[in-house]
Amino acid sequence: MPGQFEPLPGGGAAVALDEVEISIIRSLAVQLLELIGPGPAEDAGDDPLAELFAEGPSEPPSDPVLQRLFPDAYSGPEVEATSPEQVEEQRAYSAEFRRFTENDLRAGKRENALAVIRSLDALTVEGGGGGEGGASAVLKLSEEDAKQWLGALNDLRLAIGSRLDVVDEEDTDLLYRLPDEDPRKPMVMAYLWLGGLQETLVETIMQ
Amino acid sequence: MGLVTAPAPLEIEKTESAEEVSAVPEPDVPWVTIVHNDPVNLMSYVTYVFQTYFGYSKDKATKLMLDVHHKGRAVVSSGTREEMERDVQAMHGYGLWATLQQDRK
Repeated sequence: MPGQFEPLPGGGAAVALDEVEISIIRSLAVQLLELIGPGPAEDAGDDPLAELFAEGPSEPPSDPVLQRLFPDAYSGPEVEATSPEQVEEQRAYSAEFRRFTENDLRAGKRENALAVIRSLDALTVEGGGGGEGGASAVLKLSEEDAKQWLGALNDLRLAIGSRLDVVDEEDTDLLYRLPDEDPRKPMVMAYLWLGGLQETLVETIMQ
Repeated sequence: MGLVTAPAPLEIEKTESAEEVSAVPEPDVPWVTIVHNDPVNLMSYVTYVFQTYFGYSKDKATKLMLDVHHKGRAVVSSGTREEMERDVQAMHGYGLWATLQQDRK
């Protein structure tokens, strides 16, 4: 079925994708890669150990999508500080955590997005050319690929959800009722469609 | 006072004393990893993460997921500060919204 992952005999997952769907996922993954940015080694010239010893940032990112992908570790909703000293302490702990984890977290998310792009680029698209239905291909993922896809689909949905300002459950309900002429409609369609892909991929993996 | 309103999870023992909230970490008090509700993450995905990363049973993972969904948050693990930083980093890797704090009450 289109838009749904199904289990492959012997493990892994498969989904039929048409040309448009392939290009949407690819383009979103590329945008996510650009947003996450290159690793520290790419700025550090020829030193192969640079990435190993590079410290991450201590300040939260300014982009709301990146803030959602790399949240503070020591303060969240309902984690209220009771004194200015405690606010300062939480900020310092979060900064330290960020310095030692954010580069690795960014690298992991880059790898997942790259895995998605690589598997799409390896597809041979067939058909199309005037017949009914456009050109399409069946994407087949190994169990390992499937896990990377799952992570990447989640990151893409977090990114789009953040751009669409989905902050509580009611926002999601509103998205379903958006009129066709709303400029956010194409993004909403992509968001909901990726949700279906992710849901069926989770089911496939958990079988 | 957000610190004291955490719903008591099944597996984790809580110390009911410590009234006063100190800015200085108390060495004997365990740390906890808290996962916060988020309208984007799918319920099935959150359950998958709890099963895969923590190795929890389907029932326990589902219960924790429902706690996150209905109560807004759930304590998903407890231990030393270093262990909880590891868990929080892993949750961020999966795209879940997690924080750690000392389990003061």
